[in-house]
Amino acid sequence: MSLTPAELTSSVTGGIGTSPQRPDGNLKVRGEFAYASDLWHEDMIWGSTLRSPHPYARIVSIDLTEALEVPGVYAVLTHEDVPGANLYGLEHKDQPVLAVDVVRYQGEAVALVGADHPETATRAMKRIKVEYEVLEPVVDMETAADDTPLHPGGNLVRHVPIRRGGQAPTADVVVTGRYEVGMQDQAFLGPESGLAVPAEDGGVDLYIATQWLHVDQGQVASALGMPLDKVRLTLSGVGGAFGGREDLSMQVHACMLALHTRKPVKMVYNREESFYGHVHRHPAVLHYEHGATNDGKLVYVKARIFLDGGAYASSTGAVVANAATLGVGPYEVDNVTIDCYGVYTNNPPCGAMRGFGAVQAGFAYESQMDKLADALGMDPVDVRIANAMTEGSVMPTGQVVDSAAPVAQLLKLVKDKPLPPVSTTLDLRSMPGGVSNTTHGEGVVRGIGYAVGIKNVCFSEGYDDYSTARVRVQVINGELVALAHTAACEVGQGLVTIMQQIVRTELGVQRVTILPMDTSIGNGGSTSASRQTYVTGGAVKAACAAVRDKLAKLAGGRDLSEVDLVELLGDDVVDETVEWRHRATEPLDPETGQGNAHVQYGFAAHRAVVDVDVELGLVKVVELDCAQDVGNALNPQAVLGQIQGGSAQGLGLAVMEEIQTSGGKVRNPSFTDYLIPTVLDMPPMSIDVLELADPNAPYGVRGVGEPPTISSTPAIVAAIRAATGLALTRVPVRPEHITGT
Amino acid sequence: MRVTVTVNGEQRRADDVWEGESLLFLLRERLGLPGSKNACEQGECGSCTVYLDDVPVCSCLVAAGQVQDREVRTVEGLAEGDRLDPVQEAFVEAGAVQCGFCTPGLVVAAHDLLDRVPRPSDPEIREALAGNLCRCTGYEKILDAVRLAAARR
Ligand code: FES
Ligand code: FES
Repeated sequence: MSLTPAELTSSVTGGIGTSPQRPDGNLKVRGEFAYASDLWHEDMIWGSTLRSPHPYARIVSIDLTEALEVPGVYAVLTHEDVPGANLYGLEHKDQPVLAVDVVRYQGEAVALVGADHPETATRAMKRIKVEYEVLEPVVDMETAADDTPLHPGGNLVRHVPIRRGGQAPTADVVVTGRYEVGMQDQAFLGPESGLAVPAEDGGVDLYIATQWLHVDQGQVASALGMPLDKVRLTLSGVGGAFGGREDLSMQVHACMLALHTRKPVKMVYNREESFYGHVHRHPAVLHYEHGATNDGKLVYVKARIFLDGGAYASSTGAVVANAATLGVGPYEVDNVTIDCYGVYTNNPPCGAMRGFGAVQAGFAYESQMDKLADALGMDPVDVRIANAMTEGSVMPTGQVVDSAAPVAQLLKLVKDKPLPPVSTTLDLRSMPGGVSNTTHGEGVVRGIGYAVGIKNVCFSEGYDDYSTARVRVQVINGELVALAHTAACEVGQGLVTIMQQIVRTELGVQRVTILPMDTSIGNGGSTSASRQTYVTGGAVKAACAAVRDKLAKLAGGRDLSEVDLVELLGDDVVDETVEWRHRATEPLDPETGQGNAHVQYGFAAHRAVVDVDVELGLVKVVELDCAQDVGNALNPQAVLGQIQGGSAQGLGLAVMEEIQTSGGKVRNPSFTDYLIPTVLDMPPMSIDVLELADPNAPYGVRGVGEPPTISSTPAIVAAIRAATGLALTRVPVRPEHITGT
Repeated sequence: MRVTVTVNGEQRRADDVWEGESLLFLLRERLGLPGSKNACEQGECGSCTVYLDDVPVCSCLVAAGQVQDREVRTVEGLAEGDRLDPVQEAFVEAGAVQCGFCTPGLVVAAHDLLDRVPRPSDPEIREALAGNLCRCTGYEKILDAVRLAAARR
């Protein structure tokens, strides 16, 4: 097997607006698509990571002697072997590549072993003697800022205040609540893995599953103390990401081992290690107060939001900004007071996960909207529609929403769908508890709930967010063919399909090859913030336009549609590379949180229908319907796939998914104890897709991946509340929350 | 130890296999067949599903030594040359593949289901695939793919 992924060619036609098959689909169903964990190299050895068993401890000593004596061991490395800077991080360089004198979370990397077999490496790791002095961990996010400082600057990573309108408003009706969101895991199925190959020039080639090649490259090069051109990354097959691959995992470690041993080094985490090896969704505590008039118009929203960033900052700062700026939801509110805090603790580090701060806020503000409806005696959908933002509404940041914001329409769409019939077949498989045979319908109560959410699309707060694309056309065997190259990561979402579709539409070329993604071309930006179709799609479109301009020049002013391009081009090649950026954003004012910080907003609404066995506390989601505006569905099938997959992750957070910690230790690092939805848990979904083009975006697209993850969770919890009459202020809702035992 | 096994119709041999190695490791790391996936290695996700003597198993739970002289069929053995199996074809067409890490296991599980039950009901499909996790799709298009494959067979 070659280390460089296959070029993706596919003769299936289809421009934008159609749903051609994925160019990597055949390889994937045949088991021939090379994921990072599948890579193999002549002479390669295996790398493993020794991790801290303690959430907070001082390292007194490390003794490698016995580990080095294990036959088959090539290297045992510690922080002393980090050739460059031993600190990295997405926003703050605060995380050591290998721990020096302190470990700040359970699972922190302390030492590396390179060996001839994974089992040899495991044996050697058991012989590394690390003496720890265990310290009292900081674990409470609400008090962490005043607790033992875990980093030089203290435990507050970021505070974002929002001050808009009156700060001492009064209202006819006031509802308050305290909400909690548990720590969710991305649980991508393809574990962290990669292969580092030492190169003749003293550099290293890394084949890796990641979300952002260039940011990895910069961080790896800095840790290795090498110039960028000596650290070359190529994207291997990625088995899902959902935010969990934004931070480094084994990238530097594998390269260190490879450079040290001069051998190719493969590292593959197992599932338990994967739970320790990547950041999670921030757990949150959210205090809200909503004031409204008697007819249900919001007067003010006040909120204090705490997000637990865990031991290292990762992208906590940006998550805090999202939770704050999107903290009132897709509603018009003139008076807003929000304080959102992200803190360090000794819990597992948290960072990006699909929805990125908007999920935590979404659960709280939607729970509040239901509470408000209840207090007013209003229908929960009516109270939302009464306050729904529209195009032209003003965000709590003062930013005007300047493209479609069909919040009321989305709510009406899900509300007007026919309801599923109450099950009369007594098929156990459709009951809460399923074939565990816990009920035959007695004690089962149905509930219906609604929610709507808002998500920013692309990077915010003045970040220079761009992508680079290269498009080339030439004639091969009498046929005009095109090739597209970017460094934007395909993680499963279907960017490779979209790129082909755009080239076909723009250039009228049917055969489009997608080159492997790597760092030989400029930055493609992160596969996150629902941004790749928008930004890399925009870059590919712009590169096609540059190619067309070149062709027009060749044609000497003749109309291209009337020119035989095969003849025109002959043996020539037109090859254009462009950098494309979306419109600029601004930082938030640090005192008031005001500013045009976001590029675009996406909206989705859900209706959930649940059956709850109120005696056992078991929940069956019977149906989960969604309406979402996607601006322009470039690939309708892939759009549905995103909505279905995103809704499923929201369902997971609603009723089952949580990394449980106690004293900073993870209690359930396995798929036996961390449950994600199976096909039995996911109900049928009826989906409405609106296409209200955003005039600022290429083709009018609106980011698709994240909005459905936001509204799915609160809709399901609202349905469980409707069935049980319980307040349910924490997700995931567990059986004992329902039975009260 | 040495293990001799028939994989996808071919007699294969591996030397120096460790006691603790699984069938999954044998396939992926010793026989050059990484199609079966390693999402949990604990029997919880189904991504490593293969046929062992015609019965689907989680290959991560089977010791390599246990397959001595037996027959294994992996996802790599389902297509005939360039011609995909109808289940594989349906997965691509229905959009049931996103990252694809669950796909090999699901394809084998669905293949087995349709061999046993040519026209499965939705609850039967759900039950048969309940041991296969997918994190990307929310399963809707996987159900579509199985229905499509069933209709075509
Ligand atoms: S890898 Fe075998 S069941 Fe998950
Ligand atoms: S397609 Fe990614 S896990 Fe199923």
